[in-house]
Amino acid sequence: MTGHLLEISGLTVALPSSGDRSHAVHNVSVTLDRGEILCIVGESGSGKSVTANTIMGLLPPDSLKVQSGRILFDGQDLLTLPEPALRKLRGARIAMIFQEPMTSLNPVMKIGRQIAEVMEAHGVPAAEHRTKVLALLEAVGLPDPENLIDRYPFRLSGGQRQRVMIAMALALEPDILIADEPTTALDVTTQAQILSLIHHLQRSRGMGVMFITHDFGVVADIADNVVVMRKGEIVEQGPAKRILSHPEHPYTKALVAAVPRFREEPAPETVEKPVLQVEGLRKVYHTQGGFFSPTREFVAVDNVSFTIARGETLGLVGESGSGKSTIGQCLMRLFPVDGGRILFGGKDIAHVKGEELKAYRAKAQIIFQDPFASLNPRHTVGRSIMTGPLAQGVDPATAKARMDRLLARVGLEPAAAARYPHEFSGGQRQRIGIARALAVEPDLLIADEAVSALDVSVQAQVLDLLREIRDEMHLAMLFITHDLRVASQICDRAIVLHRGKIVEEGEVSAVFGNPQAAYTRSLIDAVPGRHWHEPA
Amino acid sequence: MKLLRAIALRAGKSVGVILAIVALNFLLIRLAPGDPASVMAGQAGVADEIFMKQLREQFGLNEPVWRQFIFYVGNVLQGDLGYSYRQGMSVANLIAERLPATLLLTGSAFIFALLAGIVLGSIAAAKAGKMPDLVVSILSLVFYATPLFWIGMMSILLFSVWLGWFPAFGMITVGANLQGWDYVLDVAHHLVLPAFTLGLFYMTVYSRMTRASMLEVRDMDFVRTARAKGLAPNIILRRHMLRNAILPVITLAGIQAGQLVGGAILTETVFSWPGIGRLAFDALVQRDYQVLMGVFLITSIMVVLFNILTDLLYRVVDPRIGASA
Amino acid sequence: MNQSLKQFLCNPKALIGLTILLLAVLAAIFAPLIAPGDPWKMASRPFLPPMQDARFLFGTDMMGRDIMTGLIHGARVSILVGLTSTLVALVFGLLFGMLAGFYGGWIDDALMRITEFFQTIPTFVFALLLVAILSPSILSITLAIGIVSWPPVARLVRSEFASLRNREFVRAAEVLGQSNWQIIWGQILPNTLSPVIAMASLMVASAILTEAAISFLGLGDPNRMSWGFMIGAARTVLRQAWWMSFFPGMVILLVVLALNLVGDALNDVLNPRLSRKGRQ
Repeated sequence: MTGHLLEISGLTVALPSSGDRSHAVHNVSVTLDRGEILCIVGESGSGKSVTANTIMGLLPPDSLKVQSGRILFDGQDLLTLPEPALRKLRGARIAMIFQEPMTSLNPVMKIGRQIAEVMEAHGVPAAEHRTKVLALLEAVGLPDPENLIDRYPFRLSGGQRQRVMIAMALALEPDILIADEPTTALDVTTQAQILSLIHHLQRSRGMGVMFITHDFGVVADIADNVVVMRKGEIVEQGPAKRILSHPEHPYTKALVAAVPRFREEPAPETVEKPVLQVEGLRKVYHTQGGFFSPTREFVAVDNVSFTIARGETLGLVGESGSGKSTIGQCLMRLFPVDGGRILFGGKDIAHVKGEELKAYRAKAQIIFQDPFASLNPRHTVGRSIMTGPLAQGVDPATAKARMDRLLARVGLEPAAAARYPHEFSGGQRQRIGIARALAVEPDLLIADEAVSALDVSVQAQVLDLLREIRDEMHLAMLFITHDLRVASQICDRAIVLHRGKIVEEGEVSAVFGNPQAAYTRSLIDAVPGRHWHEPA
Repeated sequence: MKLLRAIALRAGKSVGVILAIVALNFLLIRLAPGDPASVMAGQAGVADEIFMKQLREQFGLNEPVWRQFIFYVGNVLQGDLGYSYRQGMSVANLIAERLPATLLLTGSAFIFALLAGIVLGSIAAAKAGKMPDLVVSILSLVFYATPLFWIGMMSILLFSVWLGWFPAFGMITVGANLQGWDYVLDVAHHLVLPAFTLGLFYMTVYSRMTRASMLEVRDMDFVRTARAKGLAPNIILRRHMLRNAILPVITLAGIQAGQLVGGAILTETVFSWPGIGRLAFDALVQRDYQVLMGVFLITSIMVVLFNILTDLLYRVVDPRIGASA
Repeated sequence: MNQSLKQFLCNPKALIGLTILLLAVLAAIFAPLIAPGDPWKMASRPFLPPMQDARFLFGTDMMGRDIMTGLIHGARVSILVGLTSTLVALVFGLLFGMLAGFYGGWIDDALMRITEFFQTIPTFVFALLLVAILSPSILSITLAIGIVSWPPVARLVRSEFASLRNREFVRAAEVLGQSNWQIIWGQILPNTLSPVIAMASLMVASAILTEAAISFLGLGDPNRMSWGFMIGAARTVLRQAWWMSFFPGMVILLVVLALNLVGDALNDVLNPRLSRKGRQ
């Protein structure tokens, strides 16, 4: 009799009464077999994490309670098992890795010790710990295991810490691995490495893997089967190939359609004169040395030059540490510039002060990444939007008129002006941020990862809004992002940055379709779901 | 090597702080109304003309101010903290005599406060929302609000006068002339009430801080990882939660050091404990400023040394501090 | 923000605390009416135990002074000193913390060195020294307590300012053209008030305790009857007259407890993230 490895039937988990809906997860039924990779896909609030945490009994005790359902594993219902029995399974038969590698390891305990803890808890004799730990560190591709075993987590990068987490999870050869968005917080190239590591380890050990993600590209790359969740319920499930090519449920269709793809046709070339000319931009950070150690220099931006014309969108693409955000902040004069010129309308504004700087501020604005931190929580939305014009000396009546007009333009109702940021969703706050930036009527708009923190469907809407506004107001736009697919959608030209230097530039479909530089090629290879074709 | 470098830097900074305190002392004398000499002579010494003349010469009070400062600093560096007319001894000797008693008192109070505080705070956190937590929290709240000297007096009434369990004052039984182990026990017997009184307030501070810190750590990602590994709850509590939760408590203990020493003055006054706190009280009554400033300087040095200790302790517990980036 | 006020007033801790405080403040304001007569004057025979004479419910001290009258008049000193010294500390602390946190660099270094220095010295000893040198009076005590209390405020304000300085909405304000002063005052400060307000009530509590300790040691204002002084006077006659120290101490306990409860309730309401995790 071939039973499933894991069988969830009719799982319902209640939310505390103050929430906006009554259930985190409602009537969810999912199966997982040996050797299968199952992807659970959904946007934020879909209940995918809650489902995963419930399997292991890791729900926060005071807020979420299981109301009904069964989770069968090895003939036992995990929901009715007493805690000591569950503990025996955790780490040994069912293992889990989480999303944030930077905070998932105990900061004051050595790495080797943390991995050995799993073995210790499940009765592996102490003498075998060291050899096993070393073997695990090698299996997950970490360099120099002999030294690593005695290091503390703060010495490792995000990708390395995630490998340690994987080592801990696989230490006792579990039957099931639950991976809750393990690559979301990592760089694109690291993401690809971790994904292929998980895939490879799964194949060699024949585990069942439950992989939670919001990215359909990841699904395309590794999933055998897919479960699509929305607001706590399953909307569609089945083999990955079918769902990706012929989604049936309207939500799935919308979700798949919203995933950004590389554009095929080349972008139009511009004939306008450049609004912004950057020449040899340079920014260096000095880390304090103190009395006995020398100050260290870190070149964040190294000799970067580019131009942007009206109506044109230039993409600044790179991983974290590439310098792309620093360039945006330098252009906004948030940080001092250490070298080069920034010509705006023909004038070098790199070092201007006082009135001249204020005048520049009216012409160039920026939209930030984090919708939850970019608005003052104590100011009403209307006041936030009017900040710019009022600071520029525009009279209050005109400022208010602009605010009303822009609020409508970005798709919010007039009553929103009297409300506070916490009453709005992430996507709505980004719209407010756009309205705020446009209130001073700039010529140049910089979007610094403006859609990166948004759900995929919301992302598409905000991108559309940006495109419309750019065309209507004939703005020059600098779009900073780490997501090549998004850049491909909205930008005309693109610049690829690596460690502060320009590695490649050109028209966007050319750069991504036919990359010349090796680094660009590795970036494109790392994008999940590259080989996935659009649904008919 | 890095550790030594860190200690050297810290020591250097501390020397700066102490010099600043000496300068502050100097300023304070000037601040007092009246002629600095009469200020320093204290109520008792003002009457003695010869003593006043001696003072004026010793401190160079007839010289320009900057020279007086050099004199003063020079004196202090040589260990000369002045002379108490009332007590008939040099301030340095007075303090040296009484310092061990204060160290004993503050040391035991601190250890009691830290240990009891951490234990109670952990229990309250582990049983958050239930009866033990409620009891610990209410008691903490009440004792935190109670004046130190009043607790001392009330505990004398309760434990000494009515129950007769502990002696009401002093460090040793007068006239008993005990030796060796008996002496130690006698001191310990006298130590219980004052140390308990002094430590009680800070125990509540550390208990509340530990509780808050444990609750915060409980929700952190790495604790969830530990649970996912199938570790037993007491191991998670000890190795993962507690080790991370006490970090802010250690920092707090360092900052509070200055207060603990101040509380010693009140405790020693109530219990007639023969330490520098009691010395300071007597000097206050007699306006014997030289003694007061000597006590101020010495207690400041104590606090500085103590801060270095907690700093080192923090480095030992947290491997991230002091490591190169 | 009226929702916060409502939440606060419904909090049981706040209710108990505010009730006690109201009584104390009323006693302080209307002292000459409720307890007419000079608390320093002899009212009855010395060492009258409590509950023996309806006119002197709490008994009398060694000079025959009425304890109850002393308690009521003592409220004035405690509350006055508590409030004004906290105000002084807040003003200094806010100023130091704002400038250090916003400008960073050498300004931050310099201001923080000064703050650290004041935190390193034993605060109570320093306060005593100041009061002794400046001659005991309400003014010198207020000043002394204010001077030793501002460092924690400065540290809190500085860390809040420093972390908010780089928050995106502050950067946005900079980019939109607001001046430094507009940003400090209009953008950052409103977001730092919550923890400062919660801290303020705890500071008043601590100031009252410190004032009591200073008076206990005999350095209180000689013209004003204060609770600390009453306990100090009781020290040598502890065995004979327990009520002389008991009642003043209880009153201090209740008032300080009330302030702590109010401070906790403020924290619960203004810093909800903490309250969800069940912090006190």
